[in-house]
Amino acid sequence: MTRGHAPNGPPPLPRGPIAWARRHLFNTWYNAILTLGALYLIALGLKAAIGWIIVDAVWLGGSEACHAAKGEGACWALIAEKHRFILFGTYPYEEQWRPALAVALFVAAVGLSTWRRLWSRALVVGWFVLFAALALLLHGGVFGLTPVSTELWGGLPLTILLSVIGIGLSLPLAVLLALGRRSSMPLIRAISVGYIELVRGVPLISILFMASVMFPLFLPEGVTINKLLRAQVGIILFSAAYLAEVVRGGLQAIPSGQYEAADALGLGYWRKMRLVILPQALRLVIPPMVNSFIATFKDTSLVIIIGLYDLLGAVRTATNDPLWRAFTTEGYIFVAAIFFVFCSFMSRYSRRLEQGAGERRPQ
Amino acid sequence: MHKFAIAIVVGLFASIMTIGTANAGETLDAIKARGVLTCGVNTGLAGFAQPDSQGVWTGLDVDTCKAVAAALLGGADKTKFVPLNAQQRFPALQSGEIDVLTRNTTVTLTRDSSAGFNFAPVTYYDGQGFMVKKSLGVNRAEELAGATICVQQGTTTELNLADYFRANEIELKPLVFVELAEAEQAFFADRCDAYTTDASGLASTRAAKAGNPDDYAILPEIISKEPLAPAVRHGDDAFYDIVKWTIYALIEAEERGVTQANVLDLKASQDPNIMRLLGTTPGMGEALGLDPEWALRAIKAVGNYGEIFERNVGTGSPLKLERGLNALWTDGGLIYAPPIR
Repeated sequence: MTRGHAPNGPPPLPRGPIAWARRHLFNTWYNAILTLGALYLIALGLKAAIGWIIVDAVWLGGSEACHAAKGEGACWALIAEKHRFILFGTYPYEEQWRPALAVALFVAAVGLSTWRRLWSRALVVGWFVLFAALALLLHGGVFGLTPVSTELWGGLPLTILLSVIGIGLSLPLAVLLALGRRSSMPLIRAISVGYIELVRGVPLISILFMASVMFPLFLPEGVTINKLLRAQVGIILFSAAYLAEVVRGGLQAIPSGQYEAADALGLGYWRKMRLVILPQALRLVIPPMVNSFIATFKDTSLVIIIGLYDLLGAVRTATNDPLWRAFTTEGYIFVAAIFFVFCSFMSRYSRRLEQGAGERRPQ
Repeated sequence: MHKFAIAIVVGLFASIMTIGTANAGETLDAIKARGVLTCGVNTGLAGFAQPDSQGVWTGLDVDTCKAVAAALLGGADKTKFVPLNAQQRFPALQSGEIDVLTRNTTVTLTRDSSAGFNFAPVTYYDGQGFMVKKSLGVNRAEELAGATICVQQGTTTELNLADYFRANEIELKPLVFVELAEAEQAFFADRCDAYTTDASGLASTRAAKAGNPDDYAILPEIISKEPLAPAVRHGDDAFYDIVKWTIYALIEAEERGVTQANVLDLKASQDPNIMRLLGTTPGMGEALGLDPEWALRAIKAVGNYGEIFERNVGTGSPLKLERGLNALWTDGGLIYAPPIR
């Protein structure tokens, strides 16, 4: 049998941006009016924004220069004056190369870790070593570094430290909780369900509050546990409860045939999970997991309520200065940009990860 | 390898964690052993406790802490500042996380008794006041009858305002806002005739947000009492005495004309009051369990009370506050030190 000619498709539409605009923006007279109107509004907005952000902005000088501008332009002189405090908080001024170096090392390590060819167990160990080294670098007291107590840590390194350790340590805990919740042992299941529901039932702010205000009163008199550590543990415990539910979603999505196949191979519980179930389940839940990570990253700014200066808290404190109090907006825009860079990196990278994972999935 | 990873995690946390050994009742010994005085301060209140662009703490409360450290430990830099919010401050003091609370805290009966604190002398007499536009022509709070007043909702400020107007039988037209910043903005946008909050807050708002600060006046009436004082825990009277008398020494220094600049020269003074204060006539320091030059060091470190006030909140600072109630008793204020003898 011979194949007949397929009927010709419709003639190809003209291509190119002009044709596209004609088809979508100017296809009717009212759409044309709407398009022109919208363009005009966008142009107005852009003109005002560029005028405020760049043209009329005050880049250098004291707060008098900014006050003289009378709000016509942004006061970036605030950032010039306060960037060290915003980025590093109350960390001793002369020693601020240490947090700067720590952030640089961290960013470099993230850059290396995105390179798939380097993925190995050594990399995991490397991360632990890196974090121990970073903590040591910030804390000092060895190799001739002046000791800097954790109360003084602040700004970007604090935000990164709290969120990355929070994310890194909550994930294993979350996997255990998720497995526990699906366990056939009633006691373990009850503990997992109880923990997850209890922690999900209260806001992070109240956990931090308990950790910082109530917890010290229960300790024997005279014993105080570092405030930063209390906040860190609070963040880990909180984030683990949310992640556990995400992981459970992944576990439930794995067809029971996979469990049975692993059993048929004679794998024990832990090897079954580690070799068969979890690799598939975790891959499935990358998007919601990254969602959770981003939320954790932003939630760390709540530590201001317990008197730690994270990035956002530092900008709030910096603009409390009476000389600069009129320019809070500029400060917030500055930290918003930093947060945006970190969060968008996380979501972009997770998309790449998903695509990569999809390609490698066995057919 | 897993064990190795666990060991690193444990080590990491051990490096962050420290266990203090401050025992209530032995605060003084603990501070001396540590060599550092831990003070609880505001997380950021201009003029009282505020990290500057280099992250160095400045302010009236901060200087109080430095003075105590200079008197007790011999150096104003032997201090550690723990920023605390309003809810955290009392548990932090009760649990021994801090030694002394220098965080614009109002003295009240319950705090002094059942909460378990002792209050040192008042370092700043605050109270609720009013700010008006000068063009309004109002000079006294009683003349505010029928004027619209911007106020923050749900605060003692709002209650005090109602109390004051009821007590004086004048008509009140409040305009309430959830956020303090909104109330400020509304006032400067002419939506109300007057704006009320604590007097020190009024001054900082005027300095920071007014287009031209000279167009606005703060009325002389203060309608509530907010005496701000450092607090220590019950149970360590020797430490309490040191905090208390360090502040008195700063006040006495102002009264006797002893300043940061001339304190060393005045060691040669023949005025018996100054001789006792600066330790030329010994006895005072010993009575407190300190050396004779305790007060000299405190004054050398931060100046007398008047200098501390001027530098942080006074007319030389962005806050531009008048001395008012915080003038010496000899100038008609409330700042008064019992005799140092």
